[in-house]
Amino acid sequence: MVRLILACLALFSAFLAHAQDKFIVMASTTSTEQSGLFAHLLPAFKAASGIDIRVVAQGTGQALDTARRGDADVVFVHDQAAEEKFVAEGYGMRRYPVMYNDFVIVGPKADPAGAKGKDVVAALVKIAAGGAPFISRGDKSGTNAAELRYWKGAGIDVTANKPAGYQACGCGMGPALNIAASSSAYVLTDRGTWLNFKNRGDLAVLVEGDTRLFNQYGVIAVNPARHPHVKVAMAQQFIDWVVSPAGQGTIAAYKIGGEQLFFPNAER
Amino acid sequence: MPLTMSSGLIALEGVAVRFGATTALHGVDFTLRAGERVALVGANGCGKTTLLRVLHGRLPHEGRRLVAGDLRQAMVYQRPFLLRVSVWRNLMLALWLAGVPAAERTARADAALARVGLAGERNRPARVLSGGQQQRLALARAWAVRPQVLFLDEPTASLDPGAKREVEQLITEFSAEGMALVMSTHNLGQAKRLATRVLYLEGGRLVVDLATNDFFERPLPEPAALFLKGELPWSA
Amino acid sequence: MNEGFGAALSTAWSLVIGFDARLAQIVGLSLGISSLSCVLAAGVGMTAGAWLAVARFPGHRTLVAVLNTLLALPSVVVGLAVYLLLSRAGPLGSLGILFTPAAMVIAQTVLVLPVVAALTRQLVADAWHGNGEQLRSMGAAPFTAALLLLVHERLALVTIALTAFGRAISEVGAVMIVGGNIDGVTRVMTTAIALETSKGDLPLALGLGFVLLAVVGAINALIALVQRRQGTHEAAAPAAALPAAA
Repeated sequence: MVRLILACLALFSAFLAHAQDKFIVMASTTSTEQSGLFAHLLPAFKAASGIDIRVVAQGTGQALDTARRGDADVVFVHDQAAEEKFVAEGYGMRRYPVMYNDFVIVGPKADPAGAKGKDVVAALVKIAAGGAPFISRGDKSGTNAAELRYWKGAGIDVTANKPAGYQACGCGMGPALNIAASSSAYVLTDRGTWLNFKNRGDLAVLVEGDTRLFNQYGVIAVNPARHPHVKVAMAQQFIDWVVSPAGQGTIAAYKIGGEQLFFPNAER
Repeated sequence: MPLTMSSGLIALEGVAVRFGATTALHGVDFTLRAGERVALVGANGCGKTTLLRVLHGRLPHEGRRLVAGDLRQAMVYQRPFLLRVSVWRNLMLALWLAGVPAAERTARADAALARVGLAGERNRPARVLSGGQQQRLALARAWAVRPQVLFLDEPTASLDPGAKREVEQLITEFSAEGMALVMSTHNLGQAKRLATRVLYLEGGRLVVDLATNDFFERPLPEPAALFLKGELPWSA
Repeated sequence: MNEGFGAALSTAWSLVIGFDARLAQIVGLSLGISSLSCVLAAGVGMTAGAWLAVARFPGHRTLVAVLNTLLALPSVVVGLAVYLLLSRAGPLGSLGILFTPAAMVIAQTVLVLPVVAALTRQLVADAWHGNGEQLRSMGAAPFTAALLLLVHERLALVTIALTAFGRAISEVGAVMIVGGNIDGVTRVMTTAIALETSKGDLPLALGLGFVLLAVVGAINALIALVQRRQGTHEAAAPAAALPAAA
């Protein structure tokens, strides 16, 4: 019995030590992973190149910090300002736009604040005026950064002058939706996470279609000048593929319930 | 000052033992000589076990304790601690701990088991043996390391008459082989049968120290005499 | 609420019946990582605990108090500490094992090591208190005696190992941080449950939880079976009752 256990453990340790196939580590966001895109996109890349991509999903801010520490080879996030800063600081080689998806505001079907429509800023003004509950991720994510931009556009400073129902959870998109569903609150979410989210309660999409809600994704290889160990060749291979017609086509082909989620817009 | 073999094996000079606020032994002077069989008698709590332990060198004490050269000792405690392994392995471990060379261990373990009549129990877990068998195993364990002094704490206290007789027989044989013995007992008949010298303790003090004949024939100081009277019958 | 549990139980059942390959891989990885961590922690922790039970030196009592305090180490804190060590920006970054199962084994070993050491220390100290003198009388040095007492109390050690295993396999904070919950590489039961919860798929999350408990339950049943078979050889003096952790 003891021998059997030891044999299993020995095998397992061998597995751990075993040199893995070609792979790179990609720091990306929880909302992108939870949209299911990677399960669709990365096998296509592997088939084309033989390279495994290991996705560590965190908030955008965390993902960029992980890359700054050199623990990732490439980042795939959606916060243009933060991405450009990342490159300007010398941690990234070059930012390539890849695709965009959109944000929506979901809230209780009854819509007590009367936020429904196509104008995100107007909606936020009404939500704040009515003191309706609003859940913010508050976690340095791309989604959170977008949310804060919209509030600013509405002329409301959520830190200095918090609207009555405003709550920051310091959490990912899914947990924020969970909280909103159980407390009938409004929340800004990316469409991908929403389409996959199962615990909807009485929430529905109320605000969509505003061009300001478009959420741009960028991909950046980590700079080997800062971290000599990063697998920059393979990272560049991924970038080249994902902005190529093949990669862009794969992105466009991803649908949930017949609906396309991400719209490729790499520079030609 | 080192003892020589003729003058004594272990000597205590003014030895006292304290456990916290309690004094278990007050100023004991005693010398154990080769070939002796010493019985420690007295009421429960008089300090017999403490005296055994301090003779064996296991307790911190005041006063002086002198030991002759490289004296090999072993002790059979009142409830011998047997490991949860086989009879055989208990013996082999004891031999290993005593520093017996590997080449000799098997032979000595075999001899010890045969000596106490436990050869048939060799592979059984030591803890499933009967009380008498466990006592014999403890004796085998002690005998196997060939001690020059063997301490025994109430070796037959919990045994039935048959087992008691067997153990007394073994003890006598060990002594005949040259081992010095110090044994505590609450059975005066046993002391009379086995010992060459009897020590009577009371309240942590060594009150009487006489050869066996003298102890049981001559008049004794008051407390000891009363103790003797309380312990009938003689023929136990 | 009942409906949630019902859905979870039927999800758990269909997961087990369906024998989904990905689920099997995740379960296997959880078992492998936590078992390896327990073996490592047992090797080091039981030795250290035994030593600490018999060693006497200035500051000994402080060390024991510190050890007992480490029983309350939050798994997230361990994860963070190991992350900082293994990150490329950290001292051991050149090993390149962050976001791999090896890092998860290290984190869980660190997490359960105090559990094993503290419980072993208590076990051996109690046994030493009762029987240390006889072992010393037979010629054992204190640490040798401690090791012999470990052999003597091996049944209780199994329970200590199982306690450590339970702590390891149920934790999520450490493996999430140092493993990164990478699909197919470092995703284990607990991180999968956390992921499904955050995706709002609560029946699946709870179902996975039931699967995890069922797997651990099966292992415990197996161990009990083995112990019973060994126990019939002995009119078992029951294994020393496991002393409560401080």
